[in-house]
Amino acid sequence: MNELIYFFNYVVVAGSVTGSIYAMGAIGVTLIYSILRFAHFAHADMMTLGAFLVLLLTLLFPHAGEPLGLPTAVVMLPIAMVLTSLAAVGIDRVFYQPLRNHGVKPIVLVIASLGVTLMLQGLIRLFSGTGAQSLYVDARKEIFRLEVPGVTRPIILTEPQIILFVVTIASVIALHLFLTRSRLGKAMRAMSDNPDLARASGINTQLIVTLTWVIAGSLATLAGTLLSLDVAFKPDLSFFLLLPIFAAAIVGGVGHPFGAVAGGFLVGFAETLAVFNWSVLLRPLRDSLPSWIELPNNLALVGTEYKIVVPFFILIAVLIWRPTGLFKGKVI
Amino acid sequence: MPLLEAIDVHGGYGGMNILNGVDMTIEADEIGVIVGPNGAGKSTMLKAIFGLLTITGGEIRLRGEAITNLSPHKLVERGMGFVPQEKNIFPSLSVEENLEMGAFLKPATATRLKQQIYEFFPPLKEKRRQPAGELSGGQRQMVAMGRALMNEPSVLLLDEPTAGLSPLYMNEIFERVKTINAAGVGVLMVEQNAKQALRIADKGFVLAAGQNRFTDTGQALLDDPEVARSFLGG
Amino acid sequence: MTTPQHSSSRPAVPTRELVLFGGLIVVVLGVFFAMGGAYATRMLVEAACYAILALGLTIQWGYAGQFNAGIMGFVALGGFSATFFSIPVNHDFWSSDLPGRLGGVLLAIIAAIALVVAVSRLDRLGVPKLARTLLTILVGLIAYLVVISWLREVTGDIESQVDFVGGLGLPVWVGWIVGGLLAGGVGYLIGHICLGLRADYLVIATLGIAEIIKAFLKNSDWLTRGTATISPLPWPVPSPGEVGFITARALYLSVTVVMIAVIFFLLHRAYHAPWGRMIRAIRDNEVSAAAMGKSINRRRQEIFVFGCVLMGIGGAALTSFTGIFDAQGYLPLNHTFLVLVMVILGGPGNNLGTLFGAVLVYVIWIMSGPMALALAHFVAELGGMWFDWQPGNMDSQALQARVFVIGLLILMVLRFAPRGLIPEKVAHHD
Repeated sequence: MNELIYFFNYVVVAGSVTGSIYAMGAIGVTLIYSILRFAHFAHADMMTLGAFLVLLLTLLFPHAGEPLGLPTAVVMLPIAMVLTSLAAVGIDRVFYQPLRNHGVKPIVLVIASLGVTLMLQGLIRLFSGTGAQSLYVDARKEIFRLEVPGVTRPIILTEPQIILFVVTIASVIALHLFLTRSRLGKAMRAMSDNPDLARASGINTQLIVTLTWVIAGSLATLAGTLLSLDVAFKPDLSFFLLLPIFAAAIVGGVGHPFGAVAGGFLVGFAETLAVFNWSVLLRPLRDSLPSWIELPNNLALVGTEYKIVVPFFILIAVLIWRPTGLFKGKVI
Repeated sequence: MPLLEAIDVHGGYGGMNILNGVDMTIEADEIGVIVGPNGAGKSTMLKAIFGLLTITGGEIRLRGEAITNLSPHKLVERGMGFVPQEKNIFPSLSVEENLEMGAFLKPATATRLKQQIYEFFPPLKEKRRQPAGELSGGQRQMVAMGRALMNEPSVLLLDEPTAGLSPLYMNEIFERVKTINAAGVGVLMVEQNAKQALRIADKGFVLAAGQNRFTDTGQALLDDPEVARSFLGG
Repeated sequence: MTTPQHSSSRPAVPTRELVLFGGLIVVVLGVFFAMGGAYATRMLVEAACYAILALGLTIQWGYAGQFNAGIMGFVALGGFSATFFSIPVNHDFWSSDLPGRLGGVLLAIIAAIALVVAVSRLDRLGVPKLARTLLTILVGLIAYLVVISWLREVTGDIESQVDFVGGLGLPVWVGWIVGGLLAGGVGYLIGHICLGLRADYLVIATLGIAEIIKAFLKNSDWLTRGTATISPLPWPVPSPGEVGFITARALYLSVTVVMIAVIFFLLHRAYHAPWGRMIRAIRDNEVSAAAMGKSINRRRQEIFVFGCVLMGIGGAALTSFTGIFDAQGYLPLNHTFLVLVMVILGGPGNNLGTLFGAVLVYVIWIMSGPMALALAHFVAELGGMWFDWQPGNMDSQALQARVFVIGLLILMVLRFAPRGLIPEKVAHHD
């Protein structure tokens, strides 16, 4: 039983955490792709930017969360979401839109987004330094230990993890309702289906583009902040996020928001399972195993230093066997 | 005052002229049909009216106002509807959502108009929850026309609405076009099925090499032996 | 639609090139007199190595429209190869039983791969497809776990008993050539998977493979000593200890210049051969070239692999010159994005422009260090004023300012000079 709780804490919880983060990032990537038709490589840095803005606001008002009983960083989220969205729209207007209007190939926009990546990274590190900082300024992270009857080891959940799960579920439901029920959400899907016809129908495509950046920027802020809350804010956060969120978006089928959610959890769990040390689970069986089988101490598929290999191989496997993604994306 | 007027229109793509002086006039109660051989500039003319390519000479007027080189967006606001030949639906959106997109600029009237469209194209009503991409060719054309009608246009431009359809569906579509016209919408369409189209046409325009060759009533063109020989296949 | 026509009716005398290169020579001479000959030759050697990398990218991006965002990985691979072949033999390692055990593990890896492939073909013997797939995954998993635990054991012993495997003690150029081949091999695999797909996927894949190569080299202490780094690395020419700094660096420079000249010659020959005509046809008008059939992707693959080979060789030359192999020293900023700036600023697809861009950007990059430090100081002061922050390490802040500038530079060039300072003549048929 202890082993199962261990498995729950280190795989189910950890996998759901990474899965939620990747899912929210991948939704942004896939939405931007379906509306603007290019792979937005600066997306992971937008997540860092969102978290960084939360960090700034938390440093400025360290006690704002106390009256609400929430971490200050969570209270600052809406403001940071607005600021990140503004930044995203601004970046689009200044850098991407002129290129789009010039009719460049999508790959040029990809390179432009690499340029934006460098600018954001440079700016964030210029102000934050390169070290890690906790988003819990003047406060302590709450940790919940749920005792399971008959077992010594408790289930461990932290406050940011619970907030993360609630926020992820809420944003996925909200996004679903927005895309299927609201006029603008439908227009967004229409534009991703057929941009020329959307224009010919009188849909204000500029508005849709702006909206896309706002949604992507907001989700990026949520994901980046909640990840930083769970561990710590690091300026090179984006470095570890870029490949997984793109793998998630492609696995889910590019242009397919709910595929991106599924892809995010798939990549998140695959990573967690790959670095999990399986010999822990087999330990209770050790005494009953025949003596010629020697159980190694380390039965992890890959070491944590090679975690990046997991999303990469998922990506490669999908590109080889099913380039449209598991849920049949629109565009390959 | 004519509903739609094109005067000596010149234009084309990337410096290559396809239209070399086309004239057209449509009244509010008329169906105009553009016919002609491949490469005559029929679809190009329609796109030129709808602001999809730059007009280098001449003028286009809607109810007497110049609309030359206005963006499609502006033209939709002024009551023009356009149904492209290909890619004329939103495939992953349901039929109902396709129609709603047509009324994007007038969301208040969407519910009422949707009912009218369903009465007009009954097959769409039962398939309204289905993704439009899963429909048959004829039904897709209905979705496409329905979407354009949702904006209550005063003039409707149709680019080969019967291309690739069976004769049965073709006649059905032409019947609908007549009904739409009877409801007070001026229609200008490009057609490959020239004979059948000219039968319902108040005005026919025979284009060749980007210029008007014959302009007359539909019936007169059908009766003209020269038109019949050169453009209608005998 | 009117597309802006870049109608460049160019004069017979290439004034633009002459002026730009003249200016560049003045700048280099300026550095020469300001910083001294040793500094300037070092800068020129590094710039020449970067020029080889940039030529690799310019043919991939400028000729075939395939953007490679993982140059760093190919550089590191070349650097590792140069190191492995040229450093002295570790006799402790070779006299122990470890080479045999390592060889055994390598054989086991091959056997495991063969086993998995054999199981994956079982459906030809009548095994149902689903059962075969499940069986393949199961066998693969077990084989992987067994082999990897053996490998961990052996590599652990290598690290604890003999530090690392050491080198082969062969001439440097062998390592450079093998480095190019290694990089080309990886490029082949990646290209094989991605070139038929959208160009974006290649960007993601190259970005990923570069990080994986770096992670492998960084964490394989038994092979590369990991963070402990390997130095010194032999040179293909007499070392500074024998003939003095300036002479040694000048000799090294002449080697790299000869390499660039050879690459230029080869590219020139290829450019005017049928192969080059086909490449130009693809670049100038993809649609009409596509009508020629699916050999487009084959040509693209050839260009991509060739570009990767150049990156491997350039990386090998650069690493040998630096004299130290440090896997952590390969950075996306220095070894990927700097090269990207060189290419898009110089003129993608134009070899001369790329050479110009490489030298110019490298000179600016090197000289920008002190300037960035001053700027960082200023910005950090502002930051301290506004947010009451104590700036940390000034040097790293200076680096961040340069990151920002490089990003901005990429965006500015894309926007205002999308075809670079020395644009490639492209026939437009639109």
